[in-house]
Amino acid sequence: MAETIWLFLGLVGILTAASAVATALSWKSTRKGDVLPSTLANLNSRIKAWWIMIATISIAFLFGKGGVILLFAFVSFAALREYVTLTHTRRGDHWILLGMFLVIIPVQYYLLWIEWYGMFSIFVPVYCFLAMPALTAISGDTERFLERVSEQQWGIMLSVYCLSHVPALLTLSIPQFEGKGLLLIAFLIATVQGSDVLQYVFGKLFGRNKVAPKISPSKTWEGLIGGVISASLLGAALYWLTPFTPPQAGLMAALACIMGFFGGLVASAIKRDRGVKDWGHMIEGHGGMLDRADSLVFAAPIFFHIVRYFWT
Amino acid sequence: MIETKPLLRRAAAMVLAGVARAITGVRPIWQGCAPSKRQRIYYANHASHGDFILLSTCLLPEERERTRAVAGADYWRKNRIRHLLARDLLNTVLVERNWVEREQDPMVIMLDALKDGHSLIIFPEGTRNMTDDPLLRFRSGLYNLAFARPDVELIPCWIENMSRVLPKGALLPVPLLCRVIFGAPVELTPAEDRHAFLDRARQALLELDPEHQRSLNHG
Repeated sequence: MAETIWLFLGLVGILTAASAVATALSWKSTRKGDVLPSTLANLNSRIKAWWIMIATISIAFLFGKGGVILLFAFVSFAALREYVTLTHTRRGDHWILLGMFLVIIPVQYYLLWIEWYGMFSIFVPVYCFLAMPALTAISGDTERFLERVSEQQWGIMLSVYCLSHVPALLTLSIPQFEGKGLLLIAFLIATVQGSDVLQYVFGKLFGRNKVAPKISPSKTWEGLIGGVISASLLGAALYWLTPFTPPQAGLMAALACIMGFFGGLVASAIKRDRGVKDWGHMIEGHGGMLDRADSLVFAAPIFFHIVRYFWT
Repeated sequence: MIETKPLLRRAAAMVLAGVARAITGVRPIWQGCAPSKRQRIYYANHASHGDFILLSTCLLPEERERTRAVAGADYWRKNRIRHLLARDLLNTVLVERNWVEREQDPMVIMLDALKDGHSLIIFPEGTRNMTDDPLLRFRSGLYNLAFARPDVELIPCWIENMSRVLPKGALLPVPLLCRVIFGAPVELTPAEDRHAFLDRARQALLELDPEHQRSLNHG
């Protein structure tokens, strides 16, 4: 487990450096009695939240498979709660909504715990897909039926099904890589989240041309390209966490980061449609759980299936 | 003998606030006023049993402790468990809503509670709103309180989403994010009659509803 310790020390080092830089910048800008600019205040709270997130993930990793499954079940819960809050629900949906939280999330993650891959991969897209509209129809309320049913399906697919593919990496048995699934998860999270941070940094420094001005003012081509290239290099440098060679690790990281970018873009489109800026307020400086996890939602299933196809 | 009821109530209030936060992540939005230790009457929209728990969760701990919700005695005295809950754990001010059969004047009971230094939470619609309208007509209790105690601030509080979390008749709450939006204090002006005041107070509450704002902007 030397890799875990190196990774942990590396993260603590990066965060310490980030905190030091942010503290220095804050000190410099308020030295003459000025008010702290909002960008810097936001940067400070973002870094503080990163400390908490890294600590939480590390603790989950200490508990191994069970810890990671519980952590992601909680992430799914928080993400689904933010999502459903923004959708149109009616009184007749009460039981379906309860079922989404009290049945679908626990079952999906339990299937991971017992490593029943066949059921894990079809429980949501087959059984829940058909059961949910059936139960909604039984409730008899047809007002905006299609809209309600589709929104429920989307919520479950994004917040539960897609996200559960992160801990699902633990269930893959890769030759010469047995028992190291946690490292693969660390690789995925580090590159995807690293890409988010690097896109933010490159965007703030060089951002000029917006990718989709109607959807998000903060996503620029400069940020995207700079972020994905640097995060791919980061991925290649982290190859020792994975069963990949360095070029393979770079390619896998690039793929995950591009998917992550699309995840962020789709999440922005949904937020714009609903007229909100953030999904919630759970993570200070970042917004809600989905604001942080949107890239992982899109990256995890693709990453999982490519590893599963080529490496097992 | 040590009084156990206040302890029990405090513990119950803490547990309820914890549960409310865990399920709804409730956040107060102090839009028109700031949290304060001043004696206040909080009036809010009402669609769910969770409403008053959500509202009191948003208050400062000291303020929460002295704030009591006004609730319908006919409902909460219907059986012993409900009565025990309302009286001993939730510390509600029970008033009789049916004016034909009632023995005690609700105004007297509410004014007594104010005299004892309590802040009140009241739901001027008089019952849980089950219609598609965002807010029912207000009963006159709010006017009578404003008239009798002009020194106590009247704060409109819009409770968002609670009707979706725990609708009438539902046993288990669906976890959805909730907010309580606190508006600017509403004062009774000297020349104002009952109807005008109740309309204005109702409008002040309605204007806190983000949905209402949205429909105004689009319509």
